Amino acid sequence: MNQEVGKKEPGEVTTLYNEFETWTVNTGGQTIHAKRMPGFFRTFKDRAQLALWLPFFLLPYLRWNDKQAILFDIDHNQFRFFNLTVLPQDIWMLSLVLLVAAMTLFAVTSVASRVWCGYFCFQTAWTDWYTWLEDKIEGNPTARRKLDAAPWTLDKIKKKVIKHFLWILIALLTGISFSIWFVDAFEYWNKLLHFQLPLVGWVTLIMFLFGTYILAGFLREQTCFWLCPYARIQGVMTDKQTILPTYDHTRGEPRGKIRRGGQAVAPQGDCIDCFQCVQVCPTGVDIRNGQQLGCITCGLCIDACDVVMDKIDKPRGLIRYASLDELEGQSAKKLYQHPRTLVYLSIILLAMSGIVWGLTHMGSMTLKIVHERQPLFVQMSDGSIQNKFDFKVLNKTDKNFRVKVTAEGGVKGQVIIGAENNPMTNHGRGTSFTIFVKAPSANILKDVVPIQFRVENVDDPNVFAEYTSKFYGPVK
Amino acid sequence: MSDKHDASSVPTTGHVWDDDLGDYINQPPKWWMLGLTVSAIWCVVYWLYYPAFPISNAGYFTKGLGGWTAIGEMEADKSVVDEVRGKWESKLKDLTPAAILADEDLAKYSLASGKVLFGDNCAACHGTNGVGTHDKQGLFAPILTDDDWLYGGSIDAIHETIQGGRQGMMMAHADMLSEAEIDTLANAVAAGKPTSTPLFAEKGCTACHGEDGKGMQAMGSANLTDSVWRFDSSVEGIKYTIKNGVNAGTPETRVAVMPAFQGGKLSDAEIKKLAVYVYKFGGGQAN
Repeated sequence: MNQEVGKKEPGEVTTLYNEFETWTVNTGGQTIHAKRMPGFFRTFKDRAQLALWLPFFLLPYLRWNDKQAILFDIDHNQFRFFNLTVLPQDIWMLSLVLLVAAMTLFAVTSVASRVWCGYFCFQTAWTDWYTWLEDKIEGNPTARRKLDAAPWTLDKIKKKVIKHFLWILIALLTGISFSIWFVDAFEYWNKLLHFQLPLVGWVTLIMFLFGTYILAGFLREQTCFWLCPYARIQGVMTDKQTILPTYDHTRGEPRGKIRRGGQAVAPQGDCIDCFQCVQVCPTGVDIRNGQQLGCITCGLCIDACDVVMDKIDKPRGLIRYASLDELEGQSAKKLYQHPRTLVYLSIILLAMSGIVWGLTHMGSMTLKIVHERQPLFVQMSDGSIQNKFDFKVLNKTDKNFRVKVTAEGGVKGQVIIGAENNPMTNHGRGTSFTIFVKAPSANILKDVVPIQFRVENVDDPNVFAEYTSKFYGPVK
Repeated sequence: MSDKHDASSVPTTGHVWDDDLGDYINQPPKWWMLGLTVSAIWCVVYWLYYPAFPISNAGYFTKGLGGWTAIGEMEADKSVVDEVRGKWESKLKDLTPAAILADEDLAKYSLASGKVLFGDNCAACHGTNGVGTHDKQGLFAPILTDDDWLYGGSIDAIHETIQGGRQGMMMAHADMLSEAEIDTLANAVAAGKPTSTPLFAEKGCTACHGEDGKGMQAMGSANLTDSVWRFDSSVEGIKYTIKNGVNAGTPETRVAVMPAFQGGKLSDAEIKKLAVYVYKFGGGQAN
């Protein structure tokens, strides 16, 4: 096939295959040993990673009123956030939180490309920390490559053992830190140190231990290439307006090595083909090939290139955050001219207002009433009609309390039976009890009338819940 | 697609079809062969460990080395359930039905348990949730959700009814009363005022239904003054009852029999739970 096409269309089409050949992606055959160079984006990346993930390690230890301040309490089926307790009934808000998170990712990506991947993603962050340790223990990339190729000497074994020990330690700490978002942190440590974790605890810990160790220690950028769906999803969110680390080919090409003390033979661009941008790239891509799947837009190549530009007295920014529009010499559009971003922003706003509404309207009690279906009503010996209602009360406060039951509507002269002792409601879980409503037959004018029940804390009338059910009688 | 693999180095079986179609000798990968072997070994072990090979058409089969049976697994699961129930059941054993009713937690447990027991043992006649069932003569078994009780609606009376069963009893009056007398009585009863006719006392109805016509729970005679009816509440239906009686031994008579459950299918604890369940239908009365 290839040859046939080549025969028919010599020239333009066949060059596509050349392009294909030069487009190299490391499929894991070699370990990327990226050089660490200081610079603006290096510093930004370091701080951004820490800002997002230090709280992941530390926040669970924060106490509030003698309890863990933030806890997805699996044992008690609730989410605790300082004074706020969210029960599973209100967990729909979590879906809105996730929606906000997803839309924020989309919006940021459409404006400034894969900011999440480059500066915040746990895969990037953990890999960065792992390689930082590697750099400290085994030396710079050249030394590391040499060490990998060297025979197993005592020195090599020592270095490797220390490195893997520290890696596993971080992985272990990661697993522990993840777990203590879901169970009490101090209790967890206590159980862990006494080897008394429940099975699910051990499984979680071991999964995270090996997951972190393998993903950050060995798979690294391969995770971004072949495992991560977001790498691909985000690719379609960028367009010509999105700014991303870009090699300014109009300025850089034709690239060529700088010649000592002499003029270049041919006209030469600013790129001196020093490969510093590839050397520092944590995923090992060549940014000069243009935007590509492997680029996590961490900006480290910008740092590297700027240093080189300074050295050869050329202006900075041969590689810089730029949009395709800018590179093609078109006028940059404003943010409000970017409809997709605006759609993302409005979804974020909607979801956030949903969360705010949810948090302010949670109430401290919920009431659900199921009217008995069989029989719908019962005729009593004195001729009155009785209906049976199953009450399900959820007490969302942190105390047990007794409730009284009242009703509005219904039938004149109705009597509520079954709540004379003010049923006790247990906090944090549902309480159910049965209520009968008996009404004189003569007052029943319609076969179905609405009846609004109110359940109220006997000590605090502000804690209440209402539910409208129906009172059934014989067809008149 | 570019040809990454050079196929020319792979040997073929030597057969050629349609001039150029050959068959490569390509062994499956090692991991695949390993999977196949392990699966085969697994099958043999499984067959030996669990009941498997049928030996004849009569249902004989190898029992398996592990001694596993479906019924054994069910029993094991049941014992887990029994263990959970144990703490409640041990309390129920020594308590009276009234004491169980007074204990909030035990009453709840009895309700949950009673729902199943009622469905298995009572609902066939009394209907789901005790709504009663009907046959062509009218109500076949009493409604349990109202507050009208032939033998009493206290927890103890209900308990006693389930334990010992009940048998209604009313003479057939077709031969003792004239058509006119029956008509008068039936109309008075249908109106809810049995005592409005002197016949009620004269003909001995009061012996069972009481001077005031409100019935006697000790013998299970019906209250004739309230709005709840054991049988057909129409004048014709009442006449039929007066004429043919209840359990009077004739083919026409109305039938009202509840079997005893004590010493039979149900344990003492189960009867207590049922009593609580029935009491809570909405018609239960104080002792």
